[in-house]
Parts: sequence; C-alpha cells; structure tokens
Amino acid sequence: MNIIVPVKLVPDLVEELSIDASGTNLDTAWLRLIINEFDDHAIEQSILLKERTGAHVTVLSTNVEGVDDLLFTAAAKGADRLIKFNGDFDSGVNNHALARAMANILKDLNPDLILTGVQANNDLDGSIGPLLAEYLGMPYVGYVSGVNVLGNIVSVRKEYPGGLIGEMEVTLPAVLGIQAAEQPPRYVAISKVRQMMKTINIDEQDLTGLDTLGGPIVKRLFQPEASGRAMMLSENAEEAARQMVAIFKELGTL
Amino acid sequence: MVMAEITHTPSFSETFLTNLYKVENGERFRTCLQCGSCSGVCPFGYLMDYPPGRMIAGLRADEFDLVMNTDTVWMCVSCYACAQICPSKIPITAALMTRTKEELVLAGNVPSELQNALENSQRYGNPLGESPRKRADWATGIQPQITILGRDRRPVDVLWFVGDYPSYHPRVQLVAKSLAKILNALGINFGILGPEENSDGDTQRLAGERGLFEMLAEKNGRIFSRYQFKKIITSDPHAYNALKNEYPALGISYPVQHYTQFLVEYFDQLKPMLTKEISAVVTYHDPCYLGRANGVFDEPRMLLEAIPGIKLVEMAHNHGSSLCCGGGGGGMWLDGFQWEKAHARLSEWRVHEAVATGANILAVACPYEPPRFEDAIKMIQPAGQVVVKDIIELLAEAIG
Repeated sequence: MNIIVPVKLVPDLVEELSIDASGTNLDTAWLRLIINEFDDHAIEQSILLKERTGAHVTVLSTNVEGVDDLLFTAAAKGADRLIKFNGDFDSGVNNHALARAMANILKDLNPDLILTGVQANNDLDGSIGPLLAEYLGMPYVGYVSGVNVLGNIVSVRKEYPGGLIGEMEVTLPAVLGIQAAEQPPRYVAISKVRQMMKTINIDEQDLTGLDTLGGPIVKRLFQPEASGRAMMLSENAEEAARQMVAIFKELGTL
Repeated sequence: MVMAEITHTPSFSETFLTNLYKVENGERFRTCLQCGSCSGVCPFGYLMDYPPGRMIAGLRADEFDLVMNTDTVWMCVSCYACAQICPSKIPITAALMTRTKEELVLAGNVPSELQNALENSQRYGNPLGESPRKRADWATGIQPQITILGRDRRPVDVLWFVGDYPSYHPRVQLVAKSLAKILNALGINFGILGPEENSDGDTQRLAGERGLFEMLAEKNGRIFSRYQFKKIITSDPHAYNALKNEYPALGISYPVQHYTQFLVEYFDQLKPMLTKEISAVVTYHDPCYLGRANGVFDEPRMLLEAIPGIKLVEMAHNHGSSLCCGGGGGGMWLDGFQWEKAHARLSEWRVHEAVATGANILAVACPYEPPRFEDAIKMIQPAGQVVVKDIIELLAEAIG
C-alpha cells in the first residue's frame, strides 16, 4: 500500500503576527513556521497504518524554511520517502494552484491513499484535501479521526458536529482529511532525527504551473479591531481583577 | 567430532549493563550489595515497580526488559539521594536512572506532558513554549539598563546565564529582577544573552533526552564563543550543574558559579549594604543540584545569616539529606503523571517539614522552587502563613 502525506508549514502563533506594508500579507520578517497541527496528525496516522499493514509512506512538502527538519522528523517517526517541492512560495500560494500543480506529481507516485490535515490556519481558499481529490478524480472524506485498511477499501471514522461519529467505507484510491490520528503524534528523540539527516535523502522536485487562478484576492488583512460593544479590561492584573469583580457583582453572579 | 561454535547474541540486559560499565565509575555497578538503601531513600521508591536496587537486580538476572515495560522510572526526580546513600558509590542517578529514561525516550515511550516540554525545548529553546524573542522581556524597564550582549556589543566581566524559568515564569521573573538589583547595587559589570540564550538542557538530559541536551548545549556554546566575559553566573542550580559538569565534555568550558558562591566573594561589600531588618524565622531548602550534587551548602546559609533580623533554623532533612522539591529529572513537567501515580507531591512533604520548624519564610535558591512550594502551601492548611522567597529576593529586600 502506497500512502502519500502532503503537509505544510504554517505561521507559528507563538509570535505575534504583524501585517506587512502592502496591508494584504503577513510580515514575514519575524514569522516562525511550524508544522500544521492537523498535518502532524496525518503523518501519525500514516505511520500507524504502516505499522499495521506494512504500507510505504511518502511525506512531501513545499520547500520553505524549516522543511528539512519537518521531513527528517517524519522519517525518524517511520516515513520511508521524503520529497520537497521547489517553487516560488515566498508570497504565499493559494490552495487551488497548489493542488493543481501537486496533482500532476502525485499521479506519478501512484498513491493508494492520500492523507492530509483537514485544515490549516492559513487556508484562505479552503483546505487542500478536497481540491486534490477533485484534480485526481478520487473520493474525499474529511474530519477523519480513525482509518482502517480492508483490502482495497478503507473504513474511516468521520467526526460530525455535536459529538457524532460516522463510520463509512471508501474505495481506494482516496484522499482523507485527517482531523486527529488515533493517538497523539509521537515523540522522536533528537538523536534519531539527527541520524536521519545523515542517512536519508530528501528528493527535490520542481513544482511548476503555480498561478493565482482560483485563489482569493486579499484586499485588506488586519488585526481584530475593538468595537464599541466590547469593554477592554486593564492590562494590569490587579486592576483587571477589580474590574471583573465589579462586573460580576453588577451582573449578580457574585 | 566437530562441535559447532556457540553463538551468543547479547540480550537487552547484557548490552545495557555493558554500556553502564563504560560510564564514569560505571564499573561500580558490579559492586552492588543489594542493600536496598537506594530504594529506601528514594522519595518515590515506595511506589516504583522497580526501585533502583531492584533495577540492578533485574539487570543481573537478565530481566531488564521487565523494567522497561513499566513506566515508574518516570517517578525518578534525579535528586541524587540514591547515589549519595549508596555504600558502593554507584552512579545510580547519573548512569542507571538516566540511561533507562534515555532508552524509553528512544523507544518513543514518553509521557505526553513531558513530550510537550521536550518539543518546546527543541523548537523554542525553552520548555515553557514561549517565544525566544521575548526571553529578555522581564528585564524591560530595569535601571540601569541590563546589557544584552548581542545588542550592546561590549565586553563584560560576568555573563549571567538567566535560564528558562527566571526568563519566562512570572513568579520567577521576580527572582531575576532581584538578582539584577543586587548586581547593579554591587556595581558588577555584567550582561545577559537575552534572545540568544537557550535552555541549559540539563533537566531534559536527566529526563532521558540526551540528543536534545547536546543540541541545546551546542547552541549555547556557539553563542558563548561570540562574546567576551570572564565567568558565568546563574541563579539556576540545573544550569550551574550543566555548565560545570556536563558542558566541558562537549568542549564548552567556562568558569561558572551559582550566584550564592559569586555573592560570597563580595561578602564584605554586600554585608554593610544589608541595612533593612527582616524579622523572620527562615528555613533553607537545599536544592538537589546545588547541595547534594555539587556540594554548595554553606554559601546560601552565610548570605541568609548576613541579613539583619533573620533567624535560621533547619528542617529535619537538610544539607546532604535535603528532600527534593519534585521538579528535577523531568518532574517539573510530569506533575499530572506523578500525581496520578502517587497522589502526593514531594513539594507538599517539604512544606510540611518547613511548617514543623516554625519558620515563616521558606528560603530557596532554585527557580523551580518558588512556584512549586507556593502551590504546595495552597494545599496545606497550617502552611498558610509561610512565605517562599529566593535568597536573592531577601537580599534585595534587605538592601532596601
């Protein structure tokens, strides 16, 4: 079984985000990137499937700062092959274009199963999973939190609002948007990651045909703005506590 | 008759034991008497499936895989009590406990709380998961302004390695501010690394993540080599232990002192400055990595006794027999895990001892301790009046 896991790096919210001079994009000067949390779960799910079925796992991502660490960590967890895509990603890429460009390469990899995070914090034009499925002509199920392989079909658990879980079968090949792996992403010791850096190669491929078609046009990107209906508490903790006590008393909860 | 050569693949126990022998003083594992002192003195030994003595017995019986199948070694807080009491001076903490945790980490068998701290340390250079850019934010507004070496580009006499918790933890930032106040009052030419500083990595090492420790140490080593300074001081016994005992093996070697040792060198200048009386009965908690592991017992007491009005009393466990606060060896990041197993906190036992002395101040000298002991005090009714203060906070108060 051949599993492909496309993942991406997204802005790390440990740093405060700022908007660049154009007013339509994030300022990348201080931007840190981190693996999209849902993609991390997609990798974990692929490794769990590998452990159960002996599948071959390929993890791929776009070549931006931090991608090597991401891929070597995936290899240390058990991924067999690593691919990074070269291209112009500096100004951000819309998922429509990315899915179109990746679909051509993914076809050649003959995937049985494509696992990707169900969403990411910088998906402006929808998540990539359904777009990939469309361009590859495969079925798609999103919000998946468990996958079991049964020959040429997979049984998946899909999460619905209100705590409902649906179980359904999908014929392979298919694309799944992973909400959560069956167990939290595992820890790999740094020494194992460092070992991978010495022993495994990252294949590089050019991603061509990236355009702006289908993506959103951002007119203005801005921080949340305080409106008249909100009352901002003091930044001083003691003062804020006093204000809150006064409010609770006024509302009759204290 | 030709006999086939008997081949023997070493078992896990044999390989593990062979590797233990190679550690400094590791040969002493051969001399274990199975007296059980280590298991008895271990603060959590009573609930480990395999306390240290049984671990050694398991190795000898070629049954160490049984030890690896339990998770109770994560109760080890690397406090060195076992190593200290051992009549054969076997390096139990440094070798056996740490190597066992390393094997568990390599196998991916890491409690999730600990996993977060390790991932944060790798990613942000601190276990708290805070932005590295904000590492010196605590120093904003302090006058005279604190020198940040990467920004101010001037040689200093003393490099202050601030450490993770004094940099980020709101309670322990007060300790950092107090040390800044004292250093400024003494006119010391000092600086910090600010955003370029990384976690010292010692507790991550003792929690079994040797590779992470080496990565962090290498980063710190590279930064140290960029600047001019004569010595390093720190308020963190774990950083002190790493810089003194572990970094040199990685080729990173600088003179280092805990701030209590450093300030004792300035004792004649400092003492007359301590003019404000603090009328209190104080008991001092020896941090494991200042006291037991590194033999610094007198300097902290000397500083406390120099403060007018302070009466120093000792807890039942003091000096070399001090009880761990529970934060070492990864315990700082295993509170939930250890609570589930023990339904007890070492910090609470220690606060009970402090209360029994009649002290109204519990003095400490390690950044793990103010939050741990203050939390413990909230849980212990008669401890309501006890206040936790780092020694440096008391000194800063006493100079007014």
